[in-house]
Amino acid sequence: MLKIENLTKSYTSGGRALTVLQHVSFELRAGDTLSIIGSSGSGKTTLLGLSAGLDRATSGSVWLNGIRLDDLSEDQRAAVRNEHVGFIFQNFQLLPTLTALENVLVPLELRGISNGTATAQALLERVGLGGRGHHYPTQLSGGEQQRVSLARAFANRPKILFADEPTGNLDAETSATVEELLFELNREAGTTLVLVTHDPELANKTQRVIRLKGGQLVADSAA
Amino acid sequence: MTNFLWLWRMAWRDSRRSRSRLLLFSAAIVLGIAALVGINGFGANLARSIDEQARELLGADLVLSSSQPIDSTLRPTLDRLGRTRSREVSFASLVQFPKGQGVRLAQVRAITGGFPFYGTWRTEPESAVAQFRQATGGQRVALVDDALLAQFNAQPGDSIRVGKLTFLIAGRVRETPGQSGFSAAVAPTVFIPGDVLAGTGLLQRGSRVQYRTYYLFAPGTDVAKTIKPLEKRLDAANISSDTIAERKQQTGRSFADLTRFLNLVAFVALLLGCVGVASAVSLYVREKIASVAVLRCLGASGSQALLIYLLQVAALGLAGALLGAALGTAVQLLLPRVFAEFLPVAVDIQVSWGAVAQGVLTGVLVAVLFALLPLLSIRRVSPLRTLRASFEEDTTAPDPLRYLVYGLIFVFITGFAYLQTREVKLALGFAAGLLVALGGLAGVAAGLRWLVRRFFPTSWSYVWRQGLANLYRPNNQTLLLIISIGLGVFLMATLYITQGLLLSRVQVASGENQPNLVLFDIQPAQRVDVAQLLTQRRLPVLQQVPIVTMRLTELNGQPTSELKKDSTSGRSRGSLTREYRVTYRDTLISSEQLAEGKLPYLAADGTPHISIETGFFERLKLKLGDTLTFNVQGAPLLTIVSGTRTVDWTRVQTNFGVVFPNGVLEPAPQFYVLLTRVPDNTVLGSVQRELVQRFPNVSAIDLGLILQTLDDILSKISFVIRFMAFFSIATGLVVLISSVVVSRYQRVQESVLLRTLGASRRQMLRITLVEYALLGLLAAATGLVMAVLAGWALAFWVFDIGFTASPLPLLLLAALTTVLTIVIGLFNSRDVLTRPPLAVLRGEG
Repeated sequence: MLKIENLTKSYTSGGRALTVLQHVSFELRAGDTLSIIGSSGSGKTTLLGLSAGLDRATSGSVWLNGIRLDDLSEDQRAAVRNEHVGFIFQNFQLLPTLTALENVLVPLELRGISNGTATAQALLERVGLGGRGHHYPTQLSGGEQQRVSLARAFANRPKILFADEPTGNLDAETSATVEELLFELNREAGTTLVLVTHDPELANKTQRVIRLKGGQLVADSAA
Repeated sequence: MTNFLWLWRMAWRDSRRSRSRLLLFSAAIVLGIAALVGINGFGANLARSIDEQARELLGADLVLSSSQPIDSTLRPTLDRLGRTRSREVSFASLVQFPKGQGVRLAQVRAITGGFPFYGTWRTEPESAVAQFRQATGGQRVALVDDALLAQFNAQPGDSIRVGKLTFLIAGRVRETPGQSGFSAAVAPTVFIPGDVLAGTGLLQRGSRVQYRTYYLFAPGTDVAKTIKPLEKRLDAANISSDTIAERKQQTGRSFADLTRFLNLVAFVALLLGCVGVASAVSLYVREKIASVAVLRCLGASGSQALLIYLLQVAALGLAGALLGAALGTAVQLLLPRVFAEFLPVAVDIQVSWGAVAQGVLTGVLVAVLFALLPLLSIRRVSPLRTLRASFEEDTTAPDPLRYLVYGLIFVFITGFAYLQTREVKLALGFAAGLLVALGGLAGVAAGLRWLVRRFFPTSWSYVWRQGLANLYRPNNQTLLLIISIGLGVFLMATLYITQGLLLSRVQVASGENQPNLVLFDIQPAQRVDVAQLLTQRRLPVLQQVPIVTMRLTELNGQPTSELKKDSTSGRSRGSLTREYRVTYRDTLISSEQLAEGKLPYLAADGTPHISIETGFFERLKLKLGDTLTFNVQGAPLLTIVSGTRTVDWTRVQTNFGVVFPNGVLEPAPQFYVLLTRVPDNTVLGSVQRELVQRFPNVSAIDLGLILQTLDDILSKISFVIRFMAFFSIATGLVVLISSVVVSRYQRVQESVLLRTLGASRRQMLRITLVEYALLGLLAAATGLVMAVLAGWALAFWVFDIGFTASPLPLLLLAALTTVLTIVIGLFNSRDVLTRPPLAVLRGEG
């Protein structure tokens, strides 16, 4: 489902080349769950971004559901994301001018599905927000926003879900609810899950954990 | 299709929280479009009215005119033309109102027959026209222009003296076909019956007289075709013809020129608005980057994201354009009043859908083009921003689409200017001028940011440092405000300076010892007596100049009739065919300077060597030594061009294109012009009255009256200009308000942070004050400097006069702009100051 091969990413910052990820490789099969852990600046988010096709690597390759992303243009990668990928962000990233229901509808509409309201409404009900569909993000609490975000992530039935610190902005109690929902939905849909986290407890809920340090893969629970 | 619908839906949803703000952006183009639609609609209505009323412009199907009575050999042929004819003899003469003893120079038109054949001659009472036409057998009735009656407080029923005869004023003329209110004000007319003309004693050899014949043809006659076979004979006899089609074309053309010029002024207002839209959109885009990144992440393509916002801009452009078009249609109702004095026809106002469509289309197109510049960056927003808020796209790579948009904007502006001026050079000049203005302002903005950063006064107080730093920090508005305010000031100041230049050009010196009364048409026999009349009243005879009229017949032995057919020579046709009014003397006068060659002299063989004014010299493409043959009222006279003079035509002198030496023209039929200076209107009145009684053929031009008339005309023109400038000024204000309002959204966050960290209200106010004062002052100063440069260029290249501008009003304009910028800036930040910091920090702001 996801194959990362010898991935390296460097930036030029202030005239100096800065390598944030070095020769990272791993592979996931359909339905696998993986946590990427490591301290701040270890390259976790960079790896997540590259794996999801949000950015292009300096060298190395990414295969997503059998599609090699390296040579695709940004617009082609966008199409791949819409087709195969779901996202959960630390700060929810709901569109502020859209209602909860409309936010969940966006991935469906982008695919050209115009009658997705029932699907979106069902997903909102699944995350316990069936009655809040017409509310705007600012009218929802943090936990509620992340639940809308979960509904959105599963709207297009993605093959793989990327979650960046999904509970990083939530209190302990809300975190627990969101985590539970995340894993339940994931199990139901049989989705591959890649999540970045600081939280060892959350990481332990996935089948596999890899640790990054200074841009290098230093530990892999599957190894 | 689904995709397009979705884009619309997203555009609509996304605009939810910003609709009122988006409408404010669109307000910037409303006034520009209103001006455009107003002027265009008015132009279209005017053209249609001219078309419909063309026959009334001429009052006949054909008019033949000449400065001599029609030749007896040609007359029988001409008298067979048309169904019926009406003749007119017209000239300028002093007329007197015996009741109040008022005297003034007027245009006398002596009419025989049924003029006008078309249109209505509006008089009070209405029956006066019939009374005038029935006045046969020497009945002395006159119709007099309202302007003249009003000046001397005379009424129908009073009498008026023209030459040796006294006429009963049968009616007050409100409107004459073919004569605009404007020309009636400059040269008010007295109509008298043609059969009593001889009795006035005003027609003498040498007087300037126009002979016209008005023809009425059977309906459906092709007049141009009918007179085509006569063309050569008419030409040879110096008779010019005017048909309805020609008159329609002429009138239409001159008004089309006027509306085109005003259209350019309107277009500038629109462009200014578009700069405002573009800058507002660029700030709007910055706010939307996070949303765009999320959409990209979820799989929207770059062009989909761009289209969502482009649709919003197009919709707001359309809203602004429609509002502008509605306002413009209302403005159109006002315009006939603004232009009332200049119009040759009554303009029948209808909604001009063509103008509305053109205005709306232009508005939407230009707004979208300008907004595309900031919108293009949306395509490059990286989805990575969802993971890292601080991620910055690599903006160093050039975007070819951006250059394409720049190109399109330039093409659009040049194209629009070309459509208005029909001259490639002018159109390019207009676009390049705007580009230079924008470039100059952008340069100043960049320079300011660089200077402040480079020489940052680290030792100054916190308020100053913070205010100055606001000029270059991320999200600064330096470029936006300097361009919009600067361009506004530039336009306003340029218009003001131009108006001043136009006025100074005609402010003929009215100082001491300058002549203010010109007496002309003095016959040689009257010359001594007229001079005596003045000296008896202790009035100076400042100049006494003989004038001989003649026509040019040959140039270097080639007949002018042949030369004028050659369109490649570059010689002006008018210079070949005009009547030359020539004087003779061996010296220069104070308004002249020798340019080349010699002063006029009589050669030993008796050939006169003449002097030509440089402008005439150029228009006739002459060289020194060329021979010119003149027809001096029947007698041919060969001359040699041996010198040129420059003449300052603005000086009140009797200036001449051609000067002969003494000793040649003395025996020729001639008349004299005499210049004097009268101290006041009482003396003026008594001189004019005595002139009318003793020398009825002598006319007097009161320069004071001319100056006053010119002043009236100019104030009417400047009213039109001010009316148009208003649109630019108001647009500038709207842009200023909208740019400050937009930036407020950018500033809320950091202002609130500052307040949270303990900055006082007073400090915040002073920071805002420093920032806006600097921006306003610099923008106003730059606009002013550019306007002075533009004014100087106009004075030098276009008006050909010395540059003058009164600094006080300009400085006042700059000060006012600065104060306005500060006030609007402070007014907008009051909201930031009163809002509780917590609300903003929680993201509810």
